[in-house]
Amino acid sequence: MNLTEVALYAFEILAGAAALAILFVRNVFHAALLLIVCLTSLAGVFVIYNAEFIAVTQILVYAGGVLVLIIFGVMLSSRITGKPLLVSNQYLLPASFIGVLSTVIFIKLFSQQHFYQHPGAIPGNRISQTGIILMSDYVLPFEIAGILLLIALLGAAVIASSFNPKSNNGK
Amino acid sequence: MTHTLILSAILFATGLVTVIIKRNAIMVLIGIELMLNAANLNLIVFSRNNPSLSGQFLALFVIVVAVCEAAVGLAIVLRVYKYYQTSVPDQVHELKD
Repeated sequence: MNLTEVALYAFEILAGAAALAILFVRNVFHAALLLIVCLTSLAGVFVIYNAEFIAVTQILVYAGGVLVLIIFGVMLSSRITGKPLLVSNQYLLPASFIGVLSTVIFIKLFSQQHFYQHPGAIPGNRISQTGIILMSDYVLPFEIAGILLLIALLGAAVIASSFNPKSNNGK
Repeated sequence: MTHTLILSAILFATGLVTVIIKRNAIMVLIGIELMLNAANLNLIVFSRNNPSLSGQFLALFVIVVAVCEAAVGLAIVLRVYKYYQTSVPDQVHELKD
């Protein structure tokens, strides 16, 4: 068992534990922080599975963007209602049944199959290959993703702003 | 490889259960993020040594769509909070002003 495997197992255990802890915390703020722990350790797993670019994107997007968004959401909505956001649970029994059932089905499926893997590593520099393929084969989805992000940004700003068209003073 | 697939199964089930049991819209969004990342993990694992890198690009676009969904979802959550003063998605049952 070499160092890479130890790191892989450590990242996986951290990600799984953080994800399971989200189920049991009551404070939404703590859940957001646990989500970031889970997603950052998933980025470590991505690095070990030869996806460095996705790992960096994951850290940038989730630790830099989604965490800030979720914490803004938590703080603004607790400011509106004036009390800290504590969640209660519902449908505990059927939900735990569904969760255990789907886990068992997936693990059974995954452990029965023998998945094909390409022999050997990817030749050359993977990061520069990622850039070249992103700008040649995948340039149309890339541009559409940019337009989608722009539309989502504008839409989120318009929905969240307190502009009311009925009152003419804009507030 | 199999243990990473088991991790992705656990992540997916956790996200699904979070979406079902939590009585808060922000927690539902967190559960959706967990499920999308379980799918991403599978894509990355299966395209480990693939020289065309297609799985990695699909994962990249999944991340982009997840960010858009989180931004618009949280904006809607804030709007609904301002109007209804409630955090429970089940209690929001009309769209009229």
